Amino acid sequence: MSTVTVQLFASYAESFGGPTLDIPLKSGSTVADLLEELRSLPGASILPNSPRVAINRKFASHDQLVDAHDEIALIPPVAGG
Amino acid sequence: MKRVALVTRAIDPAALIASIASTGYGAICLFAGTVRDTSDGRGVSAIDYSAYTSMAEAELEQIAAEAADRFGVTSLIVEHRIGVLSLGETSVAIAAAHAHRAPAFDCTRYVIEEIKKRVPIWKMEHYIDGTREWVDPTRAAGVTTK
Repeated sequence: MSTVTVQLFASYAESFGGPTLDIPLKSGSTVADLLEELRSLPGASILPNSPRVAINRKFASHDQLVDAHDEIALIPPVAGG
Repeated sequence: MKRVALVTRAIDPAALIASIASTGYGAICLFAGTVRDTSDGRGVSAIDYSAYTSMAEAELEQIAAEAADRFGVTSLIVEHRIGVLSLGETSVAIAAAHAHRAPAFDCTRYVIEEIKKRVPIWKMEHYIDGTREWVDPTRAAGVTTK
């Protein structure tokens, strides 16, 4: 097991109650595994069916592996402009 | 010149034009997004923009590189403002210069459309009735937070 830190922004940060979450994950876990863990937490009802996740500042597919050293962020629906 | 930035100061669209102007160009196209006073029929008093800054700037760089490839535009400036903006203020400005108008128009349009799809910037609308809401373009209405 290792712990990954997930950055949260905007509506997600409000819903989960802070700017980061520390999530324990087994080695070899994917973005989908991480999302499953997140869905068990209070505030997770805000998440859509397929939330966007960024790893090291790039959008990641849900089968991408997650490493404890990665910069991980959950990206709410963007609304720039 | 190619430059992208998130800024916390007022955006001056005229300054963007001035900084890419050159006698080698016959066209400069400017897009400026501004804070409107209504949203879905509700009176807006201000918009608070926030961002995942490092990723937003990386995505803007990527979009600018794509625009250079697609349209042959190498003179491009993109600024997006972060923070609380009043009605009428400029939230985003894109200036593209080219020898001819079509690539300048196409480049500007491409950049704003891509910003709206994939740059991690969010806006909280504040309404004149005192409520506020995160804007979620994927839903008909956002999440009312109070």
